[in-house]
Amino acid sequence: MLHLKNVSITFNEGTPDEKKALQNINVELKKGDFLTVIGSNGAGKSTMMNSISGSLITDVGDIEINGKNVTHMPEYKRAAFIGRVFQDPMAGTAPSMTIEENLAMAFSRNKKRTLKLGVNKKRRQLFKEYLETLNLGLENRINAKVGLLSGGERQALSLLMATFTEPEILLLDEHTAALDPARAELITNLTDEIVSKFNLTTLMVTHNMQQALDLGNRLVMMDSGQIILDVEGEEKQKLTIEKLLQEFQRLRGKKMESDRAVLA
Amino acid sequence: MMISLFGSFESGIIYALMALGVYLSFRVLDFPDLTVDGSFVTGAAVAALMIINGYSPLTATLAAVIAGFLAGCITGVLHTKGKINPLLSGILMMIALYSINLRIMGRPNIPLLNEETIFSKLTAFWQNLGLDSVFNPILGIFGATQLPRTWAVLIVMIFVTFTIKFLTDYFLKTETGLAIRATGDNKRMIRSFSANTDWLIILGIGISNAMVALSGSLIAQHGGFADVGMGIGMIIIGLASVIIGEALFGAKTIARATLAVIGGAIIYRIAVTFALRVDFLEAGDMKVITAVIVIAALVAPKILESRRDKKRRLRKREELTKRLAFENESGGVKSSAAP
Ligand SMILES: Nc1ncnc2c1ncn2[C@@H]1O[C@H](COP(=O)(O)OP(=O)(O)OP(=O)(O)O)[C@@H](O)[C@H]1O
Ligand SMILES: [Mg+2]
Repeated sequence: MLHLKNVSITFNEGTPDEKKALQNINVELKKGDFLTVIGSNGAGKSTMMNSISGSLITDVGDIEINGKNVTHMPEYKRAAFIGRVFQDPMAGTAPSMTIEENLAMAFSRNKKRTLKLGVNKKRRQLFKEYLETLNLGLENRINAKVGLLSGGERQALSLLMATFTEPEILLLDEHTAALDPARAELITNLTDEIVSKFNLTTLMVTHNMQQALDLGNRLVMMDSGQIILDVEGEEKQKLTIEKLLQEFQRLRGKKMESDRAVLA
Repeated sequence: MMISLFGSFESGIIYALMALGVYLSFRVLDFPDLTVDGSFVTGAAVAALMIINGYSPLTATLAAVIAGFLAGCITGVLHTKGKINPLLSGILMMIALYSINLRIMGRPNIPLLNEETIFSKLTAFWQNLGLDSVFNPILGIFGATQLPRTWAVLIVMIFVTFTIKFLTDYFLKTETGLAIRATGDNKRMIRSFSANTDWLIILGIGISNAMVALSGSLIAQHGGFADVGMGIGMIIIGLASVIIGEALFGAKTIARATLAVIGGAIIYRIAVTFALRVDFLEAGDMKVITAVIVIAALVAPKILESRRDKKRRLRKREELTKRLAFENESGGVKSSAAP
């Protein structure tokens, strides 16, 4: 479904600030795989996500989605089959537009945008049904401006918007990091539910190790632009936070440093 | 007085089309587009040139709209493809249009007084129907002694402007329109939903300037001339209309906002009419009057709000003091807020 082949990205090449953000990354995901990505700050996790979404173009290496080479496809075109939720709850929605208008825009993701009304009766009904699955009562506030919603509500809406058109790939970059623990848990549970409901091929970056262990069927650990650990299936289920930390120390000869790593 | 007020309504409703264009760029797309000063004249120039060359006024007006659309598209391309900052793209286009407009007209001024224009045709048609005798008594009720030349312009322009308002309202609710609004609201978000924001900006700025050029071509036909300098400060007038309108009528929904913009354009004209009646002000002072009106419209709401806020806080404080005094007297509940 998703195939990263020898992907490398270097920032500020040839200057003292040179940063090899991705070094020869190879990842292959099957349809329905749910990959969690962990690693210290600056490991290159976001860079990898951005190279998949097309916000960043790879220096070398190819990216294939569903057998199609998308390496040079512009971001907005790729977005037709990639759903994304950002870390910042403000980033994934249009604040001065209403909930139903936001949903309508997300609904047009994989269709041509025409001169037909974005929200009609039928769609409104559909949107309400989707909103009900969030259990936040948003279905009664479809004409409220999204800017009025709380961060958690916005992030839940962003998640719905990113997923309900069933994209081929779902990218989640620390999408619960800006929320308080209760809200973060709500969004985490929703993520789990939605991903399995639509059987979405998902990549999720998180600093919460427990979350990385609990969710998904596969886990990679990154450091200095490289994937240093890649576990799957049963092996992943047997992992614990201690083992992960030990493994990191063994592989890199240093302690995992991540000021935001949540260990429990 | 009644006649000049009538005149302000008449020109206000034509300028409202320009203001709607400015609303589209400034508010909806969040793109401070200064092309307006140039594209307004482009509309006037194209229409005037075609009319004196014997084209029908309707064709001429349509051509003006297309010219404005193209001008706006170029500004959009400068910004999106050339990666030039929005203000600068607009200024560059405005400057370039000055020369282009001069080229189109071939001279700085084209008089249209004895030409057939949309309005002369309409007026003739209107007078054949004898409709003015229907409308004039209305003014009589307000005690007007002098009566306007004709109602045709006002009535038809109300119809035209509102048709365009409703079309704009509808457009901004379509799938494409929603994406344009989101482009002005959160580019990153709408791009992540597979919208080509570059194209949407080009389209949006194009439509905005098409409206501006339409307004320019109608003003030329109404005023009886096209002049290469008639667009100077137009952007500020448009902005004044948008800001005044929003301040007075609110902008909760799109439909409300576009209505407010039309209202703002008319009120701006009325304000200018009144200002010009002040003895020491003359026609050349128009621009400074406009600047003052815009500054007032920008600053006044903030001052009002902070005063309202201050009052509210004062009231709350008084309530608290009263309550504390009451609690102390009755020797009741101890309040942690007590000094
Ligand atoms: N646009 C850029 N220009 C220059 N350097 C960049 C740029 N984007 C990222 N980097 C650098 O590349 C490295 C990898 O960054 P990236 O954002 O991928 O890290 P991350 O793993 O997501 O970290 P975090 O956990 O802090 O989000 C960092 O050292 C970062 O400073
Ligand atoms: Mg990151």
